[in-house]
Amino acid sequence: MSALSAPQSTGAPTHVATPDVAPRLRRPPGKIALRIAFALLIVIFVVGMLFPFYWIIITSLKSPAALNRGTRSVLPSAHLTLGAYRTDLLMTSVTGVNFGRALLNSVGIGLCVVAVTVVLTTMAGYALSRTRIRGKKSILGFVLIAGFFPPLAMVGPLFLTYERVHLLDSYPSLIITYMVYTLPLATWFLANFFSQIPHQLEEAALVDGATRLQALRKVILPVAAPGIFTVAILSFILSWNDFAFSVSFINTPNMFTAPLALMGLGQSQYQVFYNRIDAAVVMITLPVALLVIFAQRRIVSGLTAGALK
Amino acid sequence: MANVSLERITKIYNNDFEAVHQIDLEIADGEFMVLVGPSGCGKTTVLRMVAGLEEITSGILRIGDRVVNNLSPKDRDIAMVFQNYALYPHMTVGENIGFGLKMRKLGKDEIQRKVRDATAILGLDDWIDRKPGQLSGGQRQRVAMGRAIVRDPSVFLMDEPLSNLDAKLRVHMRAEVSRIQRRLGAPTMYVTHDQTEAMTMGDRVAVLLSGNVQQCDAPQNLYDHPDNLFVAAFIGSPSMNLYEAHFADDGTRLLLGSQSLSLPERIRAARPGLAAYSGRKIIIGLRPEHLPLAGPVDDQVLCGDVDLVEALGSELLVHFTIDAQRVRAEAADEEEEDQFAGRGAGVARVDPRLPIKPGDAVRFAVDVDRMQFFDPATTKAIWA
Repeated sequence: MSALSAPQSTGAPTHVATPDVAPRLRRPPGKIALRIAFALLIVIFVVGMLFPFYWIIITSLKSPAALNRGTRSVLPSAHLTLGAYRTDLLMTSVTGVNFGRALLNSVGIGLCVVAVTVVLTTMAGYALSRTRIRGKKSILGFVLIAGFFPPLAMVGPLFLTYERVHLLDSYPSLIITYMVYTLPLATWFLANFFSQIPHQLEEAALVDGATRLQALRKVILPVAAPGIFTVAILSFILSWNDFAFSVSFINTPNMFTAPLALMGLGQSQYQVFYNRIDAAVVMITLPVALLVIFAQRRIVSGLTAGALK
Repeated sequence: MANVSLERITKIYNNDFEAVHQIDLEIADGEFMVLVGPSGCGKTTVLRMVAGLEEITSGILRIGDRVVNNLSPKDRDIAMVFQNYALYPHMTVGENIGFGLKMRKLGKDEIQRKVRDATAILGLDDWIDRKPGQLSGGQRQRVAMGRAIVRDPSVFLMDEPLSNLDAKLRVHMRAEVSRIQRRLGAPTMYVTHDQTEAMTMGDRVAVLLSGNVQQCDAPQNLYDHPDNLFVAAFIGSPSMNLYEAHFADDGTRLLLGSQSLSLPERIRAARPGLAAYSGRKIIIGLRPEHLPLAGPVDDQVLCGDVDLVEALGSELLVHFTIDAQRVRAEAADEEEEDQFAGRGAGVARVDPRLPIKPGDAVRFAVDVDRMQFFDPATTKAIWA
């Protein structure tokens, strides 16, 4: 490596790569200082970002007794326990809220949203990418605008609508609402994704004896799998993270979603059980974090496998 | 197996653009028909209409004795090789080739047997479990061919299947595709913009320009007897030298810039139509190989200044200039035309051992018996 080369930004987490300041290097002192300052800044930034997560995990693993003793050290104590998780999942509060049940509700609602979104937007996106419709661009643009409508502005109108059609306090009220957001964005995304798949691919399938539907199912969908997968992940996350709509539409404790159940969790008349709150936070965050990590790999591998020419 | 017949086939797109104008073509059973022309001439549109991927605006398309105008591609019993191969990236070579058979609900064993047969013909045996992404361009091209031949279709359609290969591989695959086609014996429509492919592969070649068939004939006939200026300029590489000439009043001499050639009685007798051009402009065409260097006894001679010499080993291409006006054929290969954009440029194909250098003034013997004549107004060839 050249001694005079500028700081290499490789995109890797540079906070671990402290600048090489061996005496033989005749780098201008100003440059060395700059590199150290840059590295320090990144370290501070990363630690600052990750510390709350670390703290949440540590707290969630504390026993109530340890919680009461207060905190003297940033390091985890020797006695870690999964007790808070067990309590969260098994105990039902006096108001009738059970976090385990709420998690299941969230998963169920999320899966419904994903299923309907994937089926509808795949068909809509394919149709928009393949047919010659007048004003196709305007349709796509309009669809996109619908997806950008601020959620809080939608709470009121949707509440009144659901009240009128007796959908309040039901799973469908949430599923439909989430789809207001997932459908437009996913349609737009998939229409663009499909239009990058060459027409010849399904034409080859047609000539090979497939019907239009078979060509879609056996050739186009497998090729578009990374895009469809992305839509599924994003839809799930959107539904999973929502609080504004669920707090407005859902009343029955049994039907609470996970973020809703988090509210008021671990609070008694005399004490706030931060370990229980944090255990719940971990349980809400972990699936999404895992999904994103897993999805990233899938999306990248899917894109490189699609070589055509 | 069946013949294909196109009867006044027309394609008009939604934007009123007429891509194909009342084309009549008849492809006999087992015949290799090449559709050739510059880009935008409608050749691919014709192919896609035969495949059923493009609606036919008017006209009748028959495969065998069935009218197939309104049949979907899968019911036409055709196979097509696409320009970019259009392999299914998520399937292995074997699955790619077998897909058509699977769609036709053949048994697993039969599919496997047929796929094996096809890969054996194409030399793909070792790659049968690979995905297209792991293959080279030539291998992908073979897979695309395999997908077509495995089905034993009644018609083969190929849309510039070799255009993505490098030059050497293309020459190799050219022979291979011809060999496979002869072996299978199905009528084939082959689209290309490469006149070399057209000449070497086709039993017959249809030359298209702006949606019309200019001429459809065996390759050698196209070369020797082009119907019009466009075909004359398009077929052959380097292309024919075309000059504007002036017929002397008595019809015996051709004036080419400051030079002149005499037209022997036998030529005037063979082409009585030429008499009508006495005292008028006419376009003459000379193939590069009909311009050998003149010896001392030659009397029909054109003098040119050499601009450039290309030694190809087997022959020498001499680029020269004379002071006559070169004629541009409508929509001829633009790249080639630009090369000769200069006034009176031409190419001669001569013996490679001749010591010709740029800057030389060279005398070419004109083979007047092989000279071709075209009407400047209609661009039609004058043969009679």
